[in-house]
Amino acid sequence: MRYAMAIDTKKCVGCSDCVVACQTENDVPIGYCRDWIVEVTDGTYPQLETEIRSERCNQCDNSPCVRCCPTGASHYSEGGIVLVTPEKCIGCAACIQSCPYDARYTHPKGYVDKCTFCIHRVKKGMEPSCVAVCPTKCMYFGDLDDPNSAVSKVLKTRKYKVLAPEAGTKPNVYYLI
Amino acid sequence: MREEIIISGRMNLGVDPVLHAWGWEISVYLFLGGLAAGLLFFAGAYYLLGKGDNYPAAVKKAPVLVPIFLVLGLAALFLDLHHKPYFWRLYTNIKFQSPMSWGAWTLMIITPLSMVWAALHIREWFPKWDWKFQWIRDLEDFFSEYKKHMAWAMVLLGVILGIYTGILLSAFNARPLWNTSILGPLFLASGLSAGSALILLLSKNERERIIFTRIDLILIGIELFLIIHMLMGFQASTQAQIDASHIFLGGDLTAPFWIFVVVLGMLVPAALEVMELRHIKVPVIIPVILVLLGSFMLRWLICNAGQLSRYLY
Repeated sequence: MRYAMAIDTKKCVGCSDCVVACQTENDVPIGYCRDWIVEVTDGTYPQLETEIRSERCNQCDNSPCVRCCPTGASHYSEGGIVLVTPEKCIGCAACIQSCPYDARYTHPKGYVDKCTFCIHRVKKGMEPSCVAVCPTKCMYFGDLDDPNSAVSKVLKTRKYKVLAPEAGTKPNVYYLI
Repeated sequence: MREEIIISGRMNLGVDPVLHAWGWEISVYLFLGGLAAGLLFFAGAYYLLGKGDNYPAAVKKAPVLVPIFLVLGLAALFLDLHHKPYFWRLYTNIKFQSPMSWGAWTLMIITPLSMVWAALHIREWFPKWDWKFQWIRDLEDFFSEYKKHMAWAMVLLGVILGIYTGILLSAFNARPLWNTSILGPLFLASGLSAGSALILLLSKNERERIIFTRIDLILIGIELFLIIHMLMGFQASTQAQIDASHIFLGGDLTAPFWIFVVVLGMLVPAALEVMELRHIKVPVIIPVILVLLGSFMLRWLICNAGQLSRYLY
């Protein structure tokens, strides 16, 4: 099993519903976010192109955060999802330094926090909250090992990219382009 | 003109607008740890070479200060932790892929070791020192038998302590400025240089002073070579590292780096040390303070510059 997410940059309108849904679902402290919107405008005027992305932890196959964690608090969970065990985390921030996506932050309670792909919902057969609320249905979630999952199907038919592949982390959030 | 405008909705404390996960605590620890490593290395090495009486400041006097440096450094590290009640989790496992894990274990061994070595030489500072309890005197006698073993451990663990801080940073490939294997040797050389400078300050022995002035000069030379080598390596690397090196080559931290680390921390003390060797009297405190300041600034600037360098926006 390998959980992954695909996000359609052509359909995303940057409404931030996914951000708010995540904050509500996961009780994210005020002022913080586990997912966020990035808008990149690129080109030479008047030929400009805008790409809107909903970004989050990439649940990498080769996670530098898991590697550098001195206590084993950061670990791979089922389906390759990277999780932090608060009772093992000492709040040293090494994992924050190690993440090329800057997807982690120190929770006001002291431990490091990040996107979990809403594993508590996924275990019950539901989609992560960001995927579930997206009004343009631009996010696809599922198991890459299952050829019939939503994410496998869309990655078969569309062109995609990952962020900072040169960082060597083998990310599992794909952006449809 | 081609332009790229990036707007991010993320504003997490300590992460945005620029990463600031590590503050002064880490720089202070990196400096004190490096200094302690340098002092322990010289103490162990010259003891093993049988120079304990020739170089008393290096073998007996300076190492008494090491536990103070290590305890202060560890206190800084502890202050930096955000989930403090769980710090003991560091010692429930060993993770070989995590430099921080083996650093924690090295400190676990080297701190008590340095305390024993300091206790054995406490009379260098307080000649009338007497332990209050007989069992401590017995322990002193016991450990005196094993000084050679302890010296070997100090040399090996000193090198590990000195080099791991650099490896710790260089293992973060998310921060292109840190992601160079030069950082380990550079921090080791800088820690040894800081150690030799402090020995120079404490030494009253002409021969010892000359030796440690020469050692420091060689170490400064090595440091300069490693810094130039590192910056040239960045220039020949990926765009992320070329951009990262610009922090020191025209960017935000250029002036403090070249002024405090290279000129005041290396070139000026080296010049003063050469003068000293040529019998031109220079108050020894000046080069020593400059070397220590340069050693701290190197860590402080690299610690901050690394957090300014990144792959994405």
